[in-house]
Amino acid sequence: MLTGIDVGSTTVKVVVLDDEKNIAYKSYQRHYSKVREKTVEMLRAAADMFPDGDMQVAITGSAGLGVAKAAGIDFVQEVFACAGAVEKEYPDADAVVELGGEDAKIIFFKGGLEERMNGSCAGGTGAFIDQMATLMNISVDELDALSLKHEKIYSIASRCGVFAKTDVQPLLNQGARKEDISASILQAVVDQTVSGLAQGRKIEGKVVFLGGPLFFLQGLRQRFVETLKLDEEHAIFPKNADCFVGYGAALYAEKLPVKKYDEVLKAIENAVDDTHASVTMDPLFKDEAEYKAFAARHAKADAPYLDPDSYDGPAYLGIDAGSTTTKLCLITPDGRMLYSYYASNNGNPVQVVLEQLKVIYPLMGDHIYIAGSAVTGYGEDLIKNAFNTDAGLVETVAHLTAAQHFNPNVDFILDIGGQDMKCFKIRNGAVDSIMLNEACSSGCGSFLETFAKALGYSIADFAKLGLMARHPVDLGSRCTVFMNSSVKQAQKEGASVEDISAGLSISVVKNAIYKVIRAPSAKDLGEHIVVQGGTFLNDAVLRSFELELGRNVTRPVIAGLMGAFGAALYAKDLGLQKSSILPAAELEHFTHTAKPAVCKGCTNRCNLTINTFSGGRRFISGNRCEKGLGKQKTQELPDMYKFKYEYLRGLPSKGKGDGSRGKIGLPMGLNMYENLPFWHAFFTSMNFEVIQSPPSNRQIYIKGQYTIPSDTVCYPAKLMHGHIEALLDQGVDTIFYPCLPYNFNEGMGDNHYNCPVVAYYPELLSANVERLKGARFLMPYFGLDRPADFKKKAAGYFASEFGISKGEVKAAAEIAYKAYDEYKEMIRKEGSRIIEYARANGRQIIVLAGRPYHIDPEINHGIDSLLTSFGLCVITEDAVSHLVPKAPVHVLNQWTYHSRLYNAARYVTGQPDMQLIQLVSFGCGIDAITGDEVREILETGGKLYTQIKIDEIYNLGAVKIRIRSLMAASEKKAAAKA
Amino acid sequence: MAELVYDKNGRLLFTEEMKKEYTILMPDMLPVHFSIMKKCLELEGYKVERLTNNQRSVVNAGLKYVHNDTCYPALLVIGQFIDAIESGKYDPHKVALIITQTGGGCRASNYIHLLRKALKKAGLEFVPVISLNLSGLDKNPGFKLSLKFLLRMVFAMIYGDAIVQMANQCRPYETEPGSTDRMIEKWVDELVDQFKNSKGTGAKAFRQNLQRIADDFDSIPVQLTPKVRVGVVGEIYIKYSPLGNNNLEDFLLSEGCEPVVPGLTDFIIFKINNRVVDVETYGGNPFKRLVCALGQKYIENRQAELRAAMATKPRFRVPEPFSEIKKKVKGYLGYGNKMGEGWLLTAEMLELIDDGIKNIVCTQPFGCLPNHIAGKGMIRAIKNRHPDSNIVAIDYDPGATKINQENRIKLMLANARMAMEREEKEKQAAPADVPAGDREAALAGSSEK
Repeated sequence: MLTGIDVGSTTVKVVVLDDEKNIAYKSYQRHYSKVREKTVEMLRAAADMFPDGDMQVAITGSAGLGVAKAAGIDFVQEVFACAGAVEKEYPDADAVVELGGEDAKIIFFKGGLEERMNGSCAGGTGAFIDQMATLMNISVDELDALSLKHEKIYSIASRCGVFAKTDVQPLLNQGARKEDISASILQAVVDQTVSGLAQGRKIEGKVVFLGGPLFFLQGLRQRFVETLKLDEEHAIFPKNADCFVGYGAALYAEKLPVKKYDEVLKAIENAVDDTHASVTMDPLFKDEAEYKAFAARHAKADAPYLDPDSYDGPAYLGIDAGSTTTKLCLITPDGRMLYSYYASNNGNPVQVVLEQLKVIYPLMGDHIYIAGSAVTGYGEDLIKNAFNTDAGLVETVAHLTAAQHFNPNVDFILDIGGQDMKCFKIRNGAVDSIMLNEACSSGCGSFLETFAKALGYSIADFAKLGLMARHPVDLGSRCTVFMNSSVKQAQKEGASVEDISAGLSISVVKNAIYKVIRAPSAKDLGEHIVVQGGTFLNDAVLRSFELELGRNVTRPVIAGLMGAFGAALYAKDLGLQKSSILPAAELEHFTHTAKPAVCKGCTNRCNLTINTFSGGRRFISGNRCEKGLGKQKTQELPDMYKFKYEYLRGLPSKGKGDGSRGKIGLPMGLNMYENLPFWHAFFTSMNFEVIQSPPSNRQIYIKGQYTIPSDTVCYPAKLMHGHIEALLDQGVDTIFYPCLPYNFNEGMGDNHYNCPVVAYYPELLSANVERLKGARFLMPYFGLDRPADFKKKAAGYFASEFGISKGEVKAAAEIAYKAYDEYKEMIRKEGSRIIEYARANGRQIIVLAGRPYHIDPEINHGIDSLLTSFGLCVITEDAVSHLVPKAPVHVLNQWTYHSRLYNAARYVTGQPDMQLIQLVSFGCGIDAITGDEVREILETGGKLYTQIKIDEIYNLGAVKIRIRSLMAASEKKAAAKA
Repeated sequence: MAELVYDKNGRLLFTEEMKKEYTILMPDMLPVHFSIMKKCLELEGYKVERLTNNQRSVVNAGLKYVHNDTCYPALLVIGQFIDAIESGKYDPHKVALIITQTGGGCRASNYIHLLRKALKKAGLEFVPVISLNLSGLDKNPGFKLSLKFLLRMVFAMIYGDAIVQMANQCRPYETEPGSTDRMIEKWVDELVDQFKNSKGTGAKAFRQNLQRIADDFDSIPVQLTPKVRVGVVGEIYIKYSPLGNNNLEDFLLSEGCEPVVPGLTDFIIFKINNRVVDVETYGGNPFKRLVCALGQKYIENRQAELRAAMATKPRFRVPEPFSEIKKKVKGYLGYGNKMGEGWLLTAEMLELIDDGIKNIVCTQPFGCLPNHIAGKGMIRAIKNRHPDSNIVAIDYDPGATKINQENRIKLMLANARMAMEREEKEKQAAPADVPAGDREAALAGSSEK
């Protein structure tokens, strides 16, 4: 009998065919990483199918290779197997979309067979949906059912699971409807498939959908069909979709020799991969005794509890509405704990707090009263509005307050929560620097939890397993998505769950130390290290941390409650007589409804969630600015980002010319944001009409995403695809976008390059955007840094392209250089005007330092507006970089835009009322170099370094924490100085 | 004990005293080439050691001391240095490090600075770093490049290419396992010996050596059963270094393929040619252009001698000359695309395809900036014009697992095998039977070129 065994990352599928090659038997089960055992079990269950004991068998699947090798059974690559099966069943299919546990694949049949698999940075698969369901605390089936009842779709970053989490969590915390979030998650998977996988090819014609998720999830099917605009005839969902690859393997087996069923079974049973290739590390504990000593040591850092019955008087309530958990502390004025609570917020923190208040009030009776209440965490605004607490504070401050309570000498705090990692150094009792995890390295608590669940354990049990593991696996220190495949590989090589558990704990720690803190040794952290956050309640993580640092640290027994505890202490310091928090009577008829809406205040089209509470209190979330909140418009503070953007966008299309030479389109992205004044003057003075591509937004991105060949390139580059499409849509068929390896030489560096992506992106567009073939796409190489040579070269080029006289081109070039100089002068003038304004009005100034293209609101996500809404004035790096001379740096200073960063940073160190925030686009390799250097310049000069990584992510929650932390830290610093 | 001397910007210098006392550690990228080049350095009076440490601790040291978003080659090279110093094998106060510095807009020109930063972080800031470059960057009193040395390096590079290119075409077919590797060893030893005795660098000796290398490799007994040939292109370090590409060549061999890896010489010519193109494209010093053009011509001529030697053996595939390869990117990329591997990467894929090697692994470090354009960015256009090309792009970084990479390569190989079967069938079906003797020639590709 022809038999196919498909061993995927999470499931095993066995398919047996009858003599007509139809599926006679199929079975589909999760293997919980016990690959071999499961396969044998499933083959045993199919024993009846092999009456004569003969079989021809092939193994396929991402986790099948190891089994096949060890058992001496033929292996067929899974996409290849799948293509074979589809060709047999649906010979007229144009494309196949197959989603698996961790893989996503597309096969194109027409116009040359082409197969694609997701790269190593693409998590939009079954495992991703699992993760998201875990996050929402529902089953995958529930998520699917909910999604069918959606009313609207939020945009969720689809590139990787970690990014999506940062989008989903705030939506949950803001009270968005679960139906809508569910559908949005599935839509993210679809978008990922379309953009990440199809890469330049449209999925059209007859499409076959395969794999477990597409077989089981109706909602996902619906999203695909709608997005790809397929009708019933063109969207095929085979009834064997879940086992289709296994079917393909069975078909492939026809070529293979006949084997005996018993022997195959035995071979798989004995197929222990003896090549134990995984790198293992020392155990966390030598023996039980060592663990006991460790546990006893940490038990000492206790917080005293006090029975509420034995206490009369004021109490202070702290609430930490974290990303995945909600924590509450009720304390006495001297910091003793009357009540505490720590649990998952089940995606609805309002409900959790409501229930807890209903528990706390009876405990207090009439002998205790709440004199102050404060809330911190992701859900701060929501909870504050829902329950009328007295104050809200940024998480970092809450944690610092709590840590200082335990150890006044604390000089380093590391907090690992569900989603965040926060580290701060403390010098002289004030925060010296803050580091938060980037969106791409959130190897935090929820990460361990997700893995525990995937392997079938509770997080507590999973952690315990790791403590006594003998050979922890070295899984590297990369992000979650990579970790999935590392774990897969370890499993394949026979690592035990114990070893994986310990390995994951060590990975979390390494991630924290090397990626977030970027510290090579313990002495760089401090003498008195306090660790906290729920993740450190996990002894395996705590132990790994101590081992990695080679020194003991303090972990308060209430490590998971520190945020709430700090908030309570903060509430006490407010010095109130009585808290404004909702009294018991009002809780009885407390109601909360959440409704989605779209703000129409500007082109950002923010997705708002309107929360309404009993008593008419309203809280609107999802906004980037004050518009749309129904508030009175306050006077706007100066914002150089807006100034530059509006100036460039406002350049009249014909300039001083008459436009008689026709239209020339300029895609507005990357270095065009710097060079537009140049090219605008150049072309208009030759009587071209300059058409800028329309303002960036999500739709523009989606319009072009199907031609993006490299999914790890930065978002500003990806947007260019949409801008080209938009220009073509407008009927502009001459598009000018030159290749500029060299930038202007501003004399601030040793050379003046552009980065490779900026320099050559036109060539990539030309090779990948099919529609450009029907247009006139001009992408000459020019060197604007050499005016005399440029004039000559340009004269030759435009003479041959447009028949313009050399004299006219040279004159236009002259005007262009002048216009560019004037533009730069204008920026510098505006910069000094803003600085003067800020100083006259007692405002702090933020140099929001990035690249010229970061002024695009779709790229900066309105961070500039956020800053001004905090009462800060915003200027750009190029407004101040000329104010200090060139100075040596510790890297090769060879990119013009980056040289500005170094200079701007150095300038800021000499200005007491300025702070610098560096904007970094995700995937910008060059900022891996500039980031460290800018940090060094700022820290050497006594300033705080803050970096904000931006991608297509939509939420500003994490950004707010950073900015508020920076403000709190610099205030404290200023206070300490004064 | 050599005194630590700094230049005016605070850079630690490699002094003449150090030249006598210190051992210079060099990284590993191309074992054969670097073994011969090591000898070139030794002949200049330096004590040199080529690093071969390749265990996980190399990656860990890299992760610890280099910004994790930096490209993987930087992480590996720096990790290899620090891991070696920390291994206890050397007196840390008696070693210096040497690293090439290409210049240009790619991140790679910053490796040396990242290395210095990493040394500082590791408490090894007293270890001097020597920059090996042709641009006169970061000069050192104890390290000067003589013209003789540079010429020797050119010879070493071409000898290296000769050995590796021909060995790659023997190893998959050798009837006696290990015979190719023994031949490599023999020739590396012999060339090092010749260099020691100031031989092997004369025009005549060079030609003779190349011919003898070709004769020797041709004499390795082989069985020429047709195998799937797989081109390997990509970012220079990842493409060549087994440490960087998870032993890609070994994997391909174990899958029964013949790996085809373009040589180093084209890359060096490319880097020199960039300077010529720069002046042509943007204007500049015509004298500089002339000097570079002459240098380029010199190396091209030496490479032509290698090609001539290989061409005497019908079974060897002879790579096309640089000038021909360069022509191939017309309509894909401009010659101004010079950062990283630039247009050469696309050109190498096209050269392989034109030579019948349709199956290609395009390797790059995760997030490699130039390869977004010249690698992944050009695959679509190549496929449009060569529908039967079979290219897979693979990312390498400390977290990417071998199993994922190999699974993707296996997909490419499954298609390659299917295409090969189809071709075989078509051949058998064709009325004019191919004589048995011609199979060799067919296998060796268009060797008469």
